[in-house]
Amino acid sequence: MGKTLAEKIWDDHIVRQAEGEPDLLYIDLQLVHEVTSAQAFDGLRLAGRKVRRPDLTIATEDHNTPTLDILKPIADPVSKLQIDTLRNNAKEFGIRIHSLGDADQGVVHVVGPQLGITQPGMTIVCGDSHTSTHGAFGAIAFGIGTSEVEHVLATQTLPSRRPKTMAINVEGTLKTGVTAKDIILAIIAQIGTGGGQGYIIEYRGSAIRELSMEGRMTVCNMSIEAGARAGLIAPDQKTFDYILGKPHAPEDFAAAQSYWETLFTDSDAKFDREITLDANTLEPFVTWGTNPGQGLPLNASVPNPADIKDSEERGAAERALEYMGLTAGTPLKKIAIDTVFLGSCTNGRIEDLRAAASVVEGKKIAPKLRMLVVPGSERVRQQAMKEGLDKVFLDFGAEWRNAGCSMCLGMNPDQLAVGERSASTSNRNFEGRQGKGGRTHLVSPLVAAATAIRGTLSSPADL
Amino acid sequence: MEKFISHTGTGVPLRRSNVDTDQIIPAVYLKRVTRSGFEDGLFSAWRSDPEFVLNKDEFKGGTVLVAGPEFGTGSSREHAVWALQNYGFKAVISSRFADIFRGNSLKGGLLTVILPQEAVEAIWQAIEVAPSTAITVDLETRTVTYNDVSVPFELDDYTRWRLMEGLDDIGLTLKHTDSIDAFESKRASYKPTTLPIRI
Repeated sequence: MGKTLAEKIWDDHIVRQAEGEPDLLYIDLQLVHEVTSAQAFDGLRLAGRKVRRPDLTIATEDHNTPTLDILKPIADPVSKLQIDTLRNNAKEFGIRIHSLGDADQGVVHVVGPQLGITQPGMTIVCGDSHTSTHGAFGAIAFGIGTSEVEHVLATQTLPSRRPKTMAINVEGTLKTGVTAKDIILAIIAQIGTGGGQGYIIEYRGSAIRELSMEGRMTVCNMSIEAGARAGLIAPDQKTFDYILGKPHAPEDFAAAQSYWETLFTDSDAKFDREITLDANTLEPFVTWGTNPGQGLPLNASVPNPADIKDSEERGAAERALEYMGLTAGTPLKKIAIDTVFLGSCTNGRIEDLRAAASVVEGKKIAPKLRMLVVPGSERVRQQAMKEGLDKVFLDFGAEWRNAGCSMCLGMNPDQLAVGERSASTSNRNFEGRQGKGGRTHLVSPLVAAATAIRGTLSSPADL
Repeated sequence: MEKFISHTGTGVPLRRSNVDTDQIIPAVYLKRVTRSGFEDGLFSAWRSDPEFVLNKDEFKGGTVLVAGPEFGTGSSREHAVWALQNYGFKAVISSRFADIFRGNSLKGGLLTVILPQEAVEAIWQAIEVAPSTAITVDLETRTVTYNDVSVPFELDDYTRWRLMEGLDDIGLTLKHTDSIDAFESKRASYKPTTLPIRI
């Protein structure tokens, strides 16, 4: 019997296998950021251990960095200490770091692909659950905790249990205005936040193949929101073209590509679970609740918990409506928004900024609404400025910020106030995610832009 | 890591599903560079509510958290495990845990026990009626015991052995350095490296 793509990559990385033990997997690349690494480096120091492969490791600052006045000393002393700690650790252990002000500083999952160090067939880890983003290149990429960060730093391997495999087939053609973000939000609504637990998801089908590399990254990025540690897509010509010319593209590109071309699921391979989604009927999707599975097409209304059969889900919906300050039956398009956040590892790449800019160009922002545009990396920011997108957003009335995770997780000063409601292109609508008491609706960049114009959840078709 | 063989303590019922890592500890509490002191951020958004279960006198001092399904979804932050441990929890019982959280907990010695939802429901009822009910989580026998009820749980032999011995994964892996060296010697030359820097 043939193998799935995930099984091929997994098997190619087994350093050691023993009955009853997890496989010892070789890790091709570890991405490091300030929030989940300090305790790992401390552990190395205490044990007198070194980083085994500094040349398979790269660090940047993103989660806890300001998006304003980035070259001034960081005001919050605790944040400053965390950033300084990463800088000192990188220096001490010989790790490449891209700090604030550097062209390759930015959200760690935007930085890897733009440097061309994210490539097909790799195993990639990072102390961040959205590492699944890199699966868009046909890599097994997953988030790990700090103990595992330390383990990979010390050994360049990770003991891991072989996950089950799931195929999600998205067949058909997306309508205008429907995007990668809508695909993944619809998938999560269908299978739930735990639906992917224990699996690696392979996204397949004509609608996935049609997506750009950046769209594929958006889909893989939110695999974790469906409970799967990793999601991937078989590499194809688009993947190879994307890597070609990037700084770290293979020097012997032909040799690399001939290997990459073997990375697909064999026709006789079997997945442990298969799911199908019809792309033709998909609509722009938004969340109404406090987990990413609580989403609906934008044309729908806030659901009535009483209609939900499962008692656990009903209870969760009741709590979510209370937290979100929503009433059952309200059309989603009537929900007024205070803040629009465009950015994050989900939707902070250049195509996302272009898409949103094309909607807001020449328009004016809704009264009293604020919009933060936070490019995923400094390189994305520079590119956007070259194309004049900064001016489009500023003329529209949005704020143009420096790169980082920013309001996606509200760790830096970019936060929602209590009761403030956002339409956010990020990945999590958890209670308090964007600031204590803040209320988050997850949306695509197109919906974010249209919402900023109308002041209520909207798609460009409503303009 | 401290050995985990058996633990007996009182329970704390957390009747909520989808308790994600941002609720266990919000991002603003993740700025410390140590592994301790995270208890102040544990469930911080709910701690201001006097009705929240951790604020109730009868559940203070509980060491076994009994949570709803999909506990620990979201971020990979191990701080969520540290916050629970720093507060004093030794074990968490739920019918479903998110993968990354579960991995982190078992690496760090916080025992996450998966029981069927009916069993979780029964424990909730027992400890709500009698908060001083002693709950024993035993790795030797792989059972959760309270009153006269004993419920078995599954945990693979390898993880169980590691927890009972208090073994550090890195130390175990470093015994296989030869295998890692051998693997590296065969890696394809076109695989990318981050150094030397190319821009």
